Amino acid sequence: MSSTIIERPEAAVPDGRPATNAGLPPRPSLKKRFRADQLTAWGFIAPVVAYLVIFYAYPLFKNVDLSVRDYTVRSFIDGNAPFVGFANFTAIFQNPTFGPALVHTLLFTGISIAFQFTIGMALAVFFFQNFRLSSTLRALFLVPWLLPLIVSASTWSWMMNSDSGVINSVIQSFGGTGINWLTSPHWALVAVIIANIWIGIPFNLVILYSGLQNISTDIYEAASLDGANASQKFWRITFPLLKPVSAITILLGLVYTLKVFDIIWIMTKGGPGDSSTTFAIWSYQLGFGSTLPDFSPAAAVGNLLIVIALIFGFLYLRVQKRQDA
Amino acid sequence: MISFFRRKRALTALAGLAVATVALTGCSTGSGGGSSAAKGTYTFWDPYPQFDASSAWTKLVEKCGTEAGVTIKRTGYDTSDLTSKALLAGQQGNSPDLLLVDNPVVSTLADAGLLTDTSETKTSTSDIEANILAAGQVDGKTYGVPIGANTLALYYNKKILSAAGVDASKITTWDSLTAALAKVKADGKKGITFSAIGTEEGSFQFLPWYWGSGADLTKLDSSDAASALSLWTDWVDKGYAPNSVINNTQTTSWQEFLTGDFAFSENGTWQLAGVKASKIDYGIISIPAKAGGAAPAPTGGEFLTIPVQKDSARYAVSKKIQSCLTSTANYVSTDTTLSYVAPTKAAQEKQVAADPDLEPWVTAVGDAKGRTSDNLGTKYPKISEQLWKAVQNSLSGSQTPDAALKQAQTAAAAAIK
Repeated sequence: MSSTIIERPEAAVPDGRPATNAGLPPRPSLKKRFRADQLTAWGFIAPVVAYLVIFYAYPLFKNVDLSVRDYTVRSFIDGNAPFVGFANFTAIFQNPTFGPALVHTLLFTGISIAFQFTIGMALAVFFFQNFRLSSTLRALFLVPWLLPLIVSASTWSWMMNSDSGVINSVIQSFGGTGINWLTSPHWALVAVIIANIWIGIPFNLVILYSGLQNISTDIYEAASLDGANASQKFWRITFPLLKPVSAITILLGLVYTLKVFDIIWIMTKGGPGDSSTTFAIWSYQLGFGSTLPDFSPAAAVGNLLIVIALIFGFLYLRVQKRQDA
Repeated sequence: MISFFRRKRALTALAGLAVATVALTGCSTGSGGGSSAAKGTYTFWDPYPQFDASSAWTKLVEKCGTEAGVTIKRTGYDTSDLTSKALLAGQQGNSPDLLLVDNPVVSTLADAGLLTDTSETKTSTSDIEANILAAGQVDGKTYGVPIGANTLALYYNKKILSAAGVDASKITTWDSLTAALAKVKADGKKGITFSAIGTEEGSFQFLPWYWGSGADLTKLDSSDAASALSLWTDWVDKGYAPNSVINNTQTTSWQEFLTGDFAFSENGTWQLAGVKASKIDYGIISIPAKAGGAAPAPTGGEFLTIPVQKDSARYAVSKKIQSCLTSTANYVSTDTTLSYVAPTKAAQEKQVAADPDLEPWVTAVGDAKGRTSDNLGTKYPKISEQLWKAVQNSLSGSQTPDAALKQAQTAAAAAIK
């Protein structure tokens, strides 16, 4: 866009061409003015560009650079790690942890999102009915979001403790046998998914609730007059009209859940063995888990995560384009 | 008028650009400038964030600086944080003058070329116990001086053992320990708690049993190794040890012991102050080896190292500070504060004279062995990672001890090749 339009919008003619300044007294030549304008524009953009380059482009570049070189602790110091191309990625793909980590990442993300969204939607619709104390209760549902993750994850891991956890003692008081939530290879992933669903519900609730507020009550009134029942109102009005909001909620949830690290690390450290290791955990284990860091494979796993998140991002853009069209 | 405004705006924008540029260059000089600390100020990093400026430890460090004629700027980092901080500082060329670091990290930092060895600084290490010093040695070179050592032993609850009719002094083999656990369980109490978490802590706790079986870290799938892992796995399967050990850190397993329901806890020197404060009537025995006698436990504790500096003239003062902190008198006061055992005979004798309870720990440290010893160096972290995974896989029942260790050996061999 031309900066002339920005500085004097009223002077722009409808077809977007800059207004002519025919009647005005001496002014710098068009060429000179154009250059000064452009300089001004760049001057204003410069801080933002510098910010983006320093805090986004450079770290991203560095991460890609790390993953295509063979960094050891020594070459990390010297900075002359040999270029190895895709060798780190090949090593990652062939690593026995890759398969389980991929499956766990997909299960963790998929199941978490499905439950967070469904429960969040149900609660949003429920609280939208504005009964007494509904706003207080709604505020209480935000608590998981407000708690520091270290607190909620530690609390979950106490509750799920095999021997002294409150969940097992409830199960046992009803005559069941306790479950080794965090220490059984079959349950560890389930345990961290449950905790993650609990943490993610408020986010879905808040966004969907605000989406509901944008749906005009007239439509519901009209539907009531036409004799629509509650479930028809939900499936024919609420759900379709919430589609754009739902799409962005799910996308944000996906990106956020893919890289969840703290909950799993605090609760199980990705264990026992590899049974709750996701890509985010694996990347950390490689890079910082032992006293001898493996920066390059860790960066490769990190890049894999970025690529997966990007794919979902593009998918979202496509869906949105189709909706707009 | 308009053109005046426009020029002014262009100027403002240029000024903005200039500010951004200054910020950028300021940034780069800022990180580079850290290395040229003001003359007379020496930087000192340690993994003891729990000690603030008023603590005895900080005062001791500062006093040693004053004696060497300089001011010391001490910073305490979290242990797990310190390794990456030290690596980053090394990369930026502004390593601290003195770095106190956990012993298994020494070989990693030495491998990165970040540490001076004692021959460069002409530091004498002759009076330090060989098994403790070995943790900081790679290829015949010694990279620092231990500030103190700790290790593992078995704490036991006297009340529970006497009720179950177990004599702790008779526990000298794995079989006698397992028999004792069976008696305790039959008496309605809980047997033993330890930490088998999927981090270095898990390997640290498993090593006394691993080494006590006669197994070697270079061969994870030996039958001796399998016997050690079977021992732990059977304890969990039979309920002698709680299932939660798979997720226990040493701190959480210690909390279990402090409930007073457990007969034994595998834990370290550093819990001594805590157990004295608790109401538990406790005793300590060394961890038995399979065939009898004390098993070698891994040494814990930090090394005081002198990282490589651009200006090698700084080493002389750093060395003075180092030898001040590692003098016999200071060993005694430091290691008493940290609840460690001193690494020299002379200091150990003084410690035991002051506190006879330390006697079994001095013996245990004497039997202990460095994790990176046997010239494993930087191979150790790779092996250890597979070892703790095998322990987790076996204890959680997803693999048999044999299969878990076979898989670990394959992975470790591939990782250290």
